[in-house]
Amino acid sequence: MRNFFAALAGGTFGVGLMLSGMTDTAKVQGWLDVFGNWDPTLAFVMGGAILPMLIAWQIAERRHRSALGNLIPERPEPRVGRNLVLGSVMFGAGWGLAGLCPGPSLAALSYNGIDGFVFVGSMIAGMLIAVPVKARMTAAKPA
Amino acid sequence: MNILDFIQTDWLYGLAGGLVIGLSAAIYLLVNGRVMGASGILGGLVDGSGYVTAMERLSFIGGLVFVPALFAVFVGAPETHLTGNWIVLIAAGLLVGVGTRIANGCTSGHGVCGISRFSLRGMVATVFYIGAGGVTVMLFKHILGVI
Repeated sequence: MRNFFAALAGGTFGVGLMLSGMTDTAKVQGWLDVFGNWDPTLAFVMGGAILPMLIAWQIAERRHRSALGNLIPERPEPRVGRNLVLGSVMFGAGWGLAGLCPGPSLAALSYNGIDGFVFVGSMIAGMLIAVPVKARMTAAKPA
Repeated sequence: MNILDFIQTDWLYGLAGGLVIGLSAAIYLLVNGRVMGASGILGGLVDGSGYVTAMERLSFIGGLVFVPALFAVFVGAPETHLTGNWIVLIAAGLLVGVGTRIANGCTSGHGVCGISRFSLRGMVATVFYIGAGGVTVMLFKHILGVI
């Protein structure tokens, strides 16, 4: 049951990414290209995606449990630290370079050819590299 | 892009696709009780931190990869304009992989799920990754001319 709904959510996510144009790197880079030929589509995608989730969070936080019984994830501590900022800056730089973020890179894996696999392979390598990097950053953090 | 094309269809596809993305995140939250963040779901498999929920993660990624594949085969694949420059792809992939894991989220987790929960972390992350993306495009497209 749990796996079925996870696959359903993943498939729905993929269709949404495809339909919205977010697997088109030109549209993503167009959104980030404020000084060039700016493309506002991504604002509509983000806005459209946030709308159902506004309602979903209201329901989730009132019920405390999901339909399959596990607890709704707790709100993380509102700590804005170095990891959040530095990580997001690195992610944004990569996102701008290729026009792909994790979701669309997987949704478009079947139609991006070998280049799509090069990106996803490098992203997975980056996720492995992040483990010792994050451990070091956390250890080096002044108390 | 052609401004007339945008007025006619692009924003509508964007909004419709966005609503479908939001619906998928709502299913994952209300049924499975999980935050739908692509980098977290994949990252937990890659580094083993999500070992206990591996099947759920694999199912999500399976749907995410194979449903668009079916569309691509039977309806046709949309344009992607992905660069063929492997140096750019490898650098970008590494940055996205490292960055999303250090920041604990990407466009779906921090952006869609975080902002809709009025999470400060999600909003701050979104400001920084969009800002860094904007600077990167300006630098590499308009100044260096490599993308």
